[in-house]
Amino acid sequence: MTRSRIGRWALGAAGVFLVLLALLVAIVAGVAIGEMTIPMETTIAAVTNRLGFTAVALPRIQEAVIWDYRLSRSLVAAFCGAGLALSGAILQSLLRNSLAEPYVLGISAGASTGAVSVMLLGFGAGAISLSAGAFAGALIAFVFVVMLSSGRQTADRTILAGVAASQLFNALTSYIVSTSANAEQARSVMFWLLGSLAGVRWPEVTLAASVVTIGLIVCIWHARALDAFTFGEDAARSLGIAVRRVRVVLLLVTALMTATIVSMVGAIGFVGLVIPHAARFIVGPGHIRLLPACALIGALFMVLADIVSRIVIAPQILPIGVVTALVGVPFFCVILYRARRVA
Amino acid sequence: MTSDPVSAPVLAATAVSWLAGRKVILDGVTVSVDEGRTLGLIGPNGSGKSSLIRLLAGLRAPAAGKVTLDGKPMSGFARRELARRVSVVEQHSATEANVTVIDVVRLGRTPYRSALSPWTQEDDRIVTEALVRVGLDDRREQFWHTLSGGERQRVQLARALAQSPSVLILDEPTNHLDIQHQIDILRLVSELPLTTVVAIHDLNLAARFCDVIAVLSEGRLVAFGPPTDILTEKTIADVFGVEAHVSTSPHHGRLHIQFLM
Repeated sequence: MTRSRIGRWALGAAGVFLVLLALLVAIVAGVAIGEMTIPMETTIAAVTNRLGFTAVALPRIQEAVIWDYRLSRSLVAAFCGAGLALSGAILQSLLRNSLAEPYVLGISAGASTGAVSVMLLGFGAGAISLSAGAFAGALIAFVFVVMLSSGRQTADRTILAGVAASQLFNALTSYIVSTSANAEQARSVMFWLLGSLAGVRWPEVTLAASVVTIGLIVCIWHARALDAFTFGEDAARSLGIAVRRVRVVLLLVTALMTATIVSMVGAIGFVGLVIPHAARFIVGPGHIRLLPACALIGALFMVLADIVSRIVIAPQILPIGVVTALVGVPFFCVILYRARRVA
Repeated sequence: MTSDPVSAPVLAATAVSWLAGRKVILDGVTVSVDEGRTLGLIGPNGSGKSSLIRLLAGLRAPAAGKVTLDGKPMSGFARRELARRVSVVEQHSATEANVTVIDVVRLGRTPYRSALSPWTQEDDRIVTEALVRVGLDDRREQFWHTLSGGERQRVQLARALAQSPSVLILDEPTNHLDIQHQIDILRLVSELPLTTVVAIHDLNLAARFCDVIAVLSEGRLVAFGPPTDILTEKTIADVFGVEAHVSTSPHHGRLHIQFLM
């Protein structure tokens, strides 16, 4: 009994180590791959130079591309992947719906309305950035959903309210785009909404890192409570869980994570839906293992998707949301196919 | 189950009411159960049994009246504290999560664990004891989805026992089960040294396994007392609308109810 538990912990630790290693390799690869080919050793030297471990002489331009452009981009991808997968896992458990994902609360639809309002309608007269507009829109949609779904039997009603909010805000976005005179701008907004890591720099890394790290800590703190939701809200309540408080805290945390991510890199789909299922398949339904697993696998997946998006039609960049869906859907089909036998 | 003198009931509802919207579901119901005894709630569908169960379990607060545990009002207990004293087995439990028997039973230790406290040997011991009690110790790694209805109820019962409660509350635990499994579950429950409240459909099973019975009809308490006083031909006709013949069984000495059809 104890031995098998130690064995499981060892296996788990080894798994975490392997995924972390893979993540590190993927980030280095993400930094090395691009229009300007930079050797791996230059990549590593550039980073260790900056951190003060080494002082290798490198071409200034390569060092700048690595540090200011590619590394920040890969790190943002990693944190966004982690945050989206984590939010998806939380919502699937909390709403007891395996189709729930980060955008089920209407957040991506709200963000798009916010973004087009700023860009096409000129809200804020240039003082508000696209990201700030998207963030505000996301939060407005979230508040709308929470207000619609408060009261009893909340899980299903939250999802229905999310559907209503998504439809409403998507319609508003389409209305604004189709009545807008500027077709070029409309196109660039739609492109941004499909997900784009272009233009992210160190400030975005700091923001994504802090929001997702705090989110991860809060979620892991509630791992036991989430387990107690296995048989529904009344069952959780009778196990001593403060159902309402847990739900409010976790919905708020996932909404903040998702809104931050969407306002930074657009509505990248499928990560939040597929990764939690994949992680569950590997580590089982217990949240104390599931949540860190989601964060790690989500990060790895997103970094790899970003690399793919840059090399498929180079020198052009495919929207990363297209890549995550193209990779995610077949992957999802495999999971569904295999789950057929389990259920 | 000796009948030692008891000062106050362990669990008591006094003149409780409960509304769903504007519809009155429970109207001034008073019931109580003494330590180690089994209280059966009977009544037709929609008579308010499940609502009363929820109030007694502290899952809902009554609209009027009060529920007390050990003489203290329910609202005075912290949620976790309550979960250590009272555990609930619902009529029907469903999940989409791919959990195993042991995962479910371990949930019973939730009220004893803080966010990051490790799993202890004591927790292990209690979970194993609960599994042995319901006869599922050798099935701990089996998936929930592969269990039959009766097995699922036994797993939920083990989970409830893992909460180490003093009061066990069951909402029609034998619904959807065949007669053998109904008797299995109820015998298991009646042999536990716990104060028990059970909503139950079958009058013969209620007479067989309960020490006191509360009869509900349209949200009101119609009768409350030992089965021999309560399960009369008149009450059965009034509440359930069926003609019955009540006699003492020569096999187990408890009441036997035959429906005259």
